Amino acid sequence: MLGIIGKKIGMTQIFDENGKVTPVTVIQAGPCRVVGKKTMDSHGYEALQLGYEDIPAKRVKKPMRVMYEKKGSPNYRYLREFRPGNRQVIDNVNEGDEIKADFFNLNDKVSVTSNSKGRGFTGVVKRHGFAGFEQSHGVHESYRGPGSVGQCAQPSRIFKGIKMAGQHGNARVTVKHLKIIHVDADKGLILVKGAVPGHRNSLVLIQKEQ
Amino acid sequence: MDILHQIGRDQIRTDFPDFRVGDTVKVHYKIKEGSKERIQVFQGIVIQKRGAGVSKSFTVRKVSNGIGVEKIFPHHSPNIDKLEIVRYGRVRRAKLFYLRSAKGKAGRIKERRRFSA
Repeated sequence: MLGIIGKKIGMTQIFDENGKVTPVTVIQAGPCRVVGKKTMDSHGYEALQLGYEDIPAKRVKKPMRVMYEKKGSPNYRYLREFRPGNRQVIDNVNEGDEIKADFFNLNDKVSVTSNSKGRGFTGVVKRHGFAGFEQSHGVHESYRGPGSVGQCAQPSRIFKGIKMAGQHGNARVTVKHLKIIHVDADKGLILVKGAVPGHRNSLVLIQKEQ
Repeated sequence: MDILHQIGRDQIRTDFPDFRVGDTVKVHYKIKEGSKERIQVFQGIVIQKRGAGVSKSFTVRKVSNGIGVEKIFPHHSPNIDKLEIVRYGRVRRAKLFYLRSAKGKAGRIKERRRFSA
């Protein structure tokens, strides 16, 4: 389905009609504009190109500026593509169309994509949830280690894909089936139940699920 | 952050008296059972206040039939019908977790003297 580009504002909580607390993430969704369309004939795939956050022309590199000029579109800081996977969705939208927060309805299910918070090079306890070892009872020098990572002379190598320490976070993450709790069309805000990847002010892509 | 405050602002309740940790309060709490709604009163000592904005909450402790019972209330919950202060207490710390293990004299809280402005 079609989506929208936004910015994560942060998390808070709201009370529902029964007085129960619901954790929500506030997202500044759009306004976005359809800058271009990718077609099967000329590009080999179908997609919609959306622009988000206006910036002055002098802040845009020349090749991009010329592209925007040709399209007769304002200059955008972010340009992202959405592949609705459905020809009709693309045909229903024209270049120059604006997509705003009111594109979402209450109780819609959405998936949100963003870069997760970078945690740097972390050990297996943090990265994969390993339990580590005891802090005493004879354990020495290995409190948060991975333990054994393989066998012996057979196969005398370590299998690929063994969970080890390494870069954790700062990767593209999608969270699916999040419910829209509230839409504030005037301010362009949407409230989504639960957590969303990324830090505050990080760019998020929100896609409607069918 | 400002947007977050704005969202919280509409839900914040200002109709409670200003209570502190150490005070004895009566919390009138709405309880929904199916379609019926009734109000339950929980009286005890406020042993903790935590959080800020909409997420603020407080813990009330009472001893019921010799068993300590604690309830955590979201401060701005619409289910709190009313909150009364029964007794003002004077304490010297922000969290009164020591009351859980305090026996006899140690568990008492002095009355706070209040001056009218």
